Amino acid sequence: MKKKIFQLIGFFILRACLYIVLAILLLFLYDVIHKGAGAISWEFLTKAPRRGMTQGGIFPAIFGTFLVTLITALCAVPLGMFTAIYLNEYATQNRLTRLIRLSIRNLSGVPSIVYGLFGVILFVNLLKFGTSILSAGLTLGLLTLPWTITASEEALKTVPNSYREGALALGATKWQSIRTNVLPYAVPGMLTGTVLGLARAAGETAPIMFTGAAFYLPMLPRSLKDQFMALPYHLYIMATQHHEITAVRPLAYGTALVLICLVLGMNMAAVVIRYRLRKKRRS
Amino acid sequence: MKRRGGMKRQFDEELSLLKQTLLEMATLVEESIALSVRALKERNEGFVRQVLEREETVNHLDTKIEQMALKMLALKQPMAGDLRLIVSAMKMGGELERMGDQAVNISERTLHLLKVPLLKPLIDIPRMASLAQDMVRDSLKAFINLDSGLARNVCERDQEVDNLNDQVFRELLTYTIQDPATIPRAIELILIGRHLERIADHATNISEDVIYLVEGKTIKHRCKQVS
Amino acid sequence: MQNGKAKIETKNLDFYYGATHALKNLNLICPEKKVTAIIGPSGCGKSTFIRTLNRMNDVIPGTRVSGEIILDGENIVSPGIDVVELRRRVGMVFQKPNPFPKSIFNNIAYGLRINGLRDHHIITQTVEQSLKHAALWDEVKDRLDENAFALSGGQQQRLCIARALAVEPEVILFDEPCSAIDPIATAKIEDLIHKLKQEYTVVIVTHNMQQAARVSDMTAFLMLGELIEFDNTEKIFTNPSNKLTEDYITGRFG
Repeated sequence: MKKKIFQLIGFFILRACLYIVLAILLLFLYDVIHKGAGAISWEFLTKAPRRGMTQGGIFPAIFGTFLVTLITALCAVPLGMFTAIYLNEYATQNRLTRLIRLSIRNLSGVPSIVYGLFGVILFVNLLKFGTSILSAGLTLGLLTLPWTITASEEALKTVPNSYREGALALGATKWQSIRTNVLPYAVPGMLTGTVLGLARAAGETAPIMFTGAAFYLPMLPRSLKDQFMALPYHLYIMATQHHEITAVRPLAYGTALVLICLVLGMNMAAVVIRYRLRKKRRS
Repeated sequence: MKRRGGMKRQFDEELSLLKQTLLEMATLVEESIALSVRALKERNEGFVRQVLEREETVNHLDTKIEQMALKMLALKQPMAGDLRLIVSAMKMGGELERMGDQAVNISERTLHLLKVPLLKPLIDIPRMASLAQDMVRDSLKAFINLDSGLARNVCERDQEVDNLNDQVFRELLTYTIQDPATIPRAIELILIGRHLERIADHATNISEDVIYLVEGKTIKHRCKQVS
Repeated sequence: MQNGKAKIETKNLDFYYGATHALKNLNLICPEKKVTAIIGPSGCGKSTFIRTLNRMNDVIPGTRVSGEIILDGENIVSPGIDVVELRRRVGMVFQKPNPFPKSIFNNIAYGLRINGLRDHHIITQTVEQSLKHAALWDEVKDRLDENAFALSGGQQQRLCIARALAVEPEVILFDEPCSAIDPIATAKIEDLIHKLKQEYTVVIVTHNMQQAARVSDMTAFLMLGELIEFDNTEKIFTNPSNKLTEDYITGRFG
């Protein structure tokens, strides 16, 4: 009888924690939706800001976020995947590789503001890209890299060794066995991890603050060397530094809502991609 | 068979039982042969009856050995030494059974002879019997001790028994030529000699089986050429 | 003891996993177009040995081979050998059936495609032939596009055999091919091996002695990395020369 009581108490505590977390999450979502939904309109999403950001839309910010995320992806995905392939399939597993892996994992814990500063030093100043989409994208790329590498490595590890050996035993070269018998089955996992990393990068403010984001630009960026507007930065300014803070509060919430939807959307996309690819493999 | 290195298997008990049954049968057969020879020498009807009584048990044991062996072959998939033991046991059972038959034959002829006076003092036939009995005893000893040297030795002695048999035949033949009235008794004695010669052959066969068991070599029908 | 020409011969073969001396001075001959079985207690080095024959142990880091393995007169351990081509010539069927997560057709076509074959017509023909060779054609001919995982364990293993046959090897290595398979499927595979030896040299590792007795022409008994006895299968199982062999075969240890 005592056992059962303890069990019930245990379950209760666990369930309570779950409910608390859910409650916070729902509260937060409710707050944003409630206060931001009013600002959402077709104009909001497709037009540029007017009258000092108190009216109009945030389209340039949306556009800018998309662009910079694209650059991030172009940088992080190939670099990350190939690094993972090398580390997992080719490198001899010794102390050095273990050290490298440890370092990569630690990099994912570096605060994003540090990445931002590093980006300024390397991309903006040293490589003379200046404050631009390119610099910001590359900086965010660096941020995402540890994520991508780790996720890709985990995905590669889940492919059974028997696939590799089976291919080798038929006379495949190592690269052939990886290309045809490992990558196709690791790619869903790799993509999922990558998209999750990109979703995180899309919402980062600190790395892009000094490397290319701007609060207001009269025109959309026309080249990679241009500055750009971005949703997180836009939100940051509107919520803290705008000269008419209370007036733009609804617009800030609207921006937050758009950003959340964007990030959630990307996460959903990752799940769908993985599901679809897995289904295709199995059939 | 001495237990070699390694764990004792449940199978070893079954093999032990097989050997024991075989030796039980061998003892019976040896005794039957001895009794039948004594019946002849001492003209004792009682011994004859004993031999005839044992016959059924001997046959029963042969069947039992065969069944045990077949069961082990089917169910245990024996290999190497175990396989040779089982196969040899089956064959030896057959040889012993036929030896038992020969003892019975000797006894039945003795019964006929007991009804009539002795033809001549028996000298060679008892000698043949003695040799044959020794061969039987030694072939079984070779089996128990896995002594292929002794087995080969038994094979060599077969020739002597054959020679004695020829001698008996020739001697009795002269009797029958001199006095046709002796023919019935002579024939019985000649046939008894034949039975004893067959017993020696069976002992030789058992020895060949022992050599196969111990060395894995088949020297059937070439016993005289010692390899 | 020699049954015809030697297809594979090992001379003073030593193998090390790091510091562990796994195979000790093995001298063994696998005759051409015969089945050679390798038996021995767990850990005796059977699988290690058979994997040296197609250099699959190369993928394991820290391993070292010394001595010679002669395939058709060529030492395949020497550095200049094209390992990829070796593995085509010396095929392998693994202990656990490992079909690729592709269709039945593509499983077999895989080997052909990575070796450069592109002609779809020839590929289709070869797939059919290989499946027939592996006694699987009748069971799968109407569902070549189905995923290989839909097959039963025994069928999957025969698929792996067909896959190995498709690239036209000369030697087929079987590493305990039936240990994960039910007895009826095992019997089918043993029958198949019997047919295969008409065209291929077969080396089979098995922990099942009765299987070795049923299937092979020559048997090698390994213990702790050493070759204890190697002879005709009939001799090994009726009258082995070495007491250790006799004890192992009659189940006194192992």
